[in-house]
Amino acid sequence: MYESLLNFPGSLFADVERLQRELQQSFGAVGQPSSIRAVASGTFPSINVGSTPGSVEIYVFAPGVDPSKLDVQIDRGVLTLSGERDSAVPTGEERLALYASERFAGRFRRTVSLPEDADPEQVTANYRDGVLHISVSRRESAQPKRIEIK
Amino acid sequence: MNDKQEVTKVEPKNDAPALLPRVDVFEDGTGITLLADLPGVPKDKLVLRVEGDTLQVEGEITPTTPGNMEAVYAELRLPRYLRAFTLSSELDTEKIEAQFKDGVLRLRIPKHAYAQPRKIEVKVT
Repeated sequence: MYESLLNFPGSLFADVERLQRELQQSFGAVGQPSSIRAVASGTFPSINVGSTPGSVEIYVFAPGVDPSKLDVQIDRGVLTLSGERDSAVPTGEERLALYASERFAGRFRRTVSLPEDADPEQVTANYRDGVLHISVSRRESAQPKRIEIK
Repeated sequence: MNDKQEVTKVEPKNDAPALLPRVDVFEDGTGITLLADLPGVPKDKLVLRVEGDTLQVEGEITPTTPGNMEAVYAELRLPRYLRAFTLSSELDTEKIEAQFKDGVLRLRIPKHAYAQPRKIEVKVT
């Protein structure tokens, strides 16, 4: 709940979170590294990455995007996902009052660094319920194998 | 396409942590339109509730995760969305229309017939 409340104007916890961040900078862990490709929290679309012994699973939460406008590319171990979402708010209508426009509209691009054993030839992608699920299999030779003792 | 609307009198409050879905809300002469981002919620896990003058949107996220998956990096950490709105009396909650596609909920809440803008003819005698 914290993360989504942060980016709303006048959100309940914005001040508390800001104070916490300032305190952390003075007293907290200084010099902790973050990913060089890290983005601000709340960037559209949100991404979750999971790992299984045989694959890397990436979930991109991008509701209301036309799958034909989604572009997924893998280049030198970096998966880049880009696309565009049109705004659903009508413009130019008479007597239209806009109360909230929190949903993202426009172009977006996210990148995910894949591990060395990820095989770019074995990728599947499905878009369902607004979530793009990308599965990248790991190379066969890199997977843990059980060795039989005869 | 209409979604079922549940009107309940007494409902135990579910205080489990939930994400606030982002919404677009705009009003024209005949009613209010609400769009909400609820990615990861299948149609059968979306619940819309109208209690008196409160509209509640709730959705449970059910992703297709393989059983042996370990989370490496997560920006979305809570398993449900929940957001509520108070509606004003000129909105006709009996006639709410809902569409849910690709994780985007679109609600249309029309105003009562008596509240819709009407031009009054001024006759000159």
